Amino acid sequence: MARTSYLPRLGLRGLRRFNNVTGYTVLMVLAAIFMIPLYWMFSTALKSPQQTFAIPPEWVPAPPQWNNFARVFEEVPFGRFYLNTFFLAFVNIAGHLISVTLVAYGFARLRFPGRNILFLIMLSTLMIPYHVTLVPRFILFSKLGMVNTYWPLILPAFTGSPFLIFLVRQYMMSIPFDLDEAAYIDGANRFDVFWRIILPLTRPALMLVIVFTFIDVWNDFLQPLIYLTDPDKFTVSLGLSFFQGARETNWNLLMAGSVLAMIPPLILFFFAQKQLIGGISVEGLKG
Amino acid sequence: MSAIMRLPRSWTQLSVSERREALAGYLFISPWLVGFVVFFFGPIVASFVLSFTRWNIVGSPQWVGLSNYERIFTQDPFFRKAVTVTLKYAAIYLPLEVIFGILIAVVLNQKLRGIGVFRTMYYMPYIVPKVASSLVWVWVLNPRYGLLNTILGWFGIQGPSWLADPDWVLPSIVMMALWGVGGSAVIYLAGLQNVPTQLYEAAAVDGANRFQQFVRITLPMLTPTIFFQLVLGLIGTFQTFTPAFIAAGRSGGPLQSGLFYMLYIYNRSFESMRMGYGAALAWIMTVFILILTVLVFRSSKYWVYYEAERKRTR
Repeated sequence: MARTSYLPRLGLRGLRRFNNVTGYTVLMVLAAIFMIPLYWMFSTALKSPQQTFAIPPEWVPAPPQWNNFARVFEEVPFGRFYLNTFFLAFVNIAGHLISVTLVAYGFARLRFPGRNILFLIMLSTLMIPYHVTLVPRFILFSKLGMVNTYWPLILPAFTGSPFLIFLVRQYMMSIPFDLDEAAYIDGANRFDVFWRIILPLTRPALMLVIVFTFIDVWNDFLQPLIYLTDPDKFTVSLGLSFFQGARETNWNLLMAGSVLAMIPPLILFFFAQKQLIGGISVEGLKG
Repeated sequence: MSAIMRLPRSWTQLSVSERREALAGYLFISPWLVGFVVFFFGPIVASFVLSFTRWNIVGSPQWVGLSNYERIFTQDPFFRKAVTVTLKYAAIYLPLEVIFGILIAVVLNQKLRGIGVFRTMYYMPYIVPKVASSLVWVWVLNPRYGLLNTILGWFGIQGPSWLADPDWVLPSIVMMALWGVGGSAVIYLAGLQNVPTQLYEAAAVDGANRFQQFVRITLPMLTPTIFFQLVLGLIGTFQTFTPAFIAAGRSGGPLQSGLFYMLYIYNRSFESMRMGYGAALAWIMTVFILILTVLVFRSSKYWVYYEAERKRTR
């Protein structure tokens, strides 16, 4: 490694200690920069209105107002927002699991004229900002009478997502074809091979599909904003922005709401950290 | 493998069993095919046609020829403002994203105990939903009670009004975006860990110091990752919506200093319900992004370094 050139001069142990000290110092300073806004969010969430606007600010609110979190649920239908978003995430995940695996299997394992071109077209749709389709999609759904329903936020999931299809297809490509051949010889049909052989072996990639879909749905703001008008149907992100508009000055409650909004993706992140960081070099492909 | 992967050329050349396989293939990919036509290709064509009309979604669209485009380019001050804001943001944010992303990746690449905990901490802001993180920053940047001006005050610095000051809106949003740089850092980290150690060993034998090694080895080896991040960042920048909507406000903040292009499209299409105008704006953005992407791709041969090429020329 880079350090070897210095070794003869400083002595191995002394150098290592020096490197460790500077290394940890830099790491700590950066950690402080990244974590302080989160701490500020959390501590504000526990303040009373007077504490919120204290000068100089109180770093540790005493006593902490834990009931701020309960008040968020009273002031706005936050529980409702939670349920709505979980519902949307669940249906989108189901839609992606079905469509993405089928399409990926088709591209990875079956031969048909035009396959490569179609695959290329699919990849190139990743490079075109999907916002061009925003207005006509809205018109389509409004002519179908689907504005202020969940259909516009659900239906597209059942047609797959090019990025996830690509990801799962790459994964399926790495499974040896001998397995398919052996199954066909045993009299399996294509769906059997898909369902009983390929799908179980693709499980790690499917974990990524679940995680990415959940985070996307939980984060999505523009689409709920455009399609949903009835507060009872709002998602967490949309509800939070609505809350901002209505209660501009209640920063303690807004921060409590923000904390509540980040908890589910955070929990998911801690559970799926290994897959996420492992799949991250692939995630670089994401738009 | 190559025999399996070879594709049949046309339908007539196929045997019966091959035709069956092909049919099955089309069936398996049909969800995407339907989605492509209904949710992507169809809308794109429709949006092109719409851009020549005036339509507020009730009633029927009225053909106006090129007049939307004409108005956008000659009479629309907000369009000019939105383009300027977005380009300025891209010009400030993208280089900073590359620099900080790489620096943090280098810091995370040390072989130290507990480094995983730090990686998690740096990555965490990236996980926070965009609406929530934007709200947090609006509060952090509050001129009177906010955290940042409090800290600046310790050093005797009178902080600006951030999101209330037209000159500081963009820097504020850049700062908000950089808080999530951990997401890119992890990608650069993967790039760093792919650099073969022998290169550093050889350089050390030749007496190169760490800085020289970084400039001569690490950076060139990272250029493919940088290229990748730039292309994606460019597309992403033009789609920036949530931070602008929450932090600058839906109309774009003081003097429209935070009127990002996407926010403007949203305002025209869905606030004032001018579908044709919005579609024209979206088409201009798409063409613009495509041109920029092509330019970046073209430029890549001058600065992106691919391992495979090195092997070929050697």
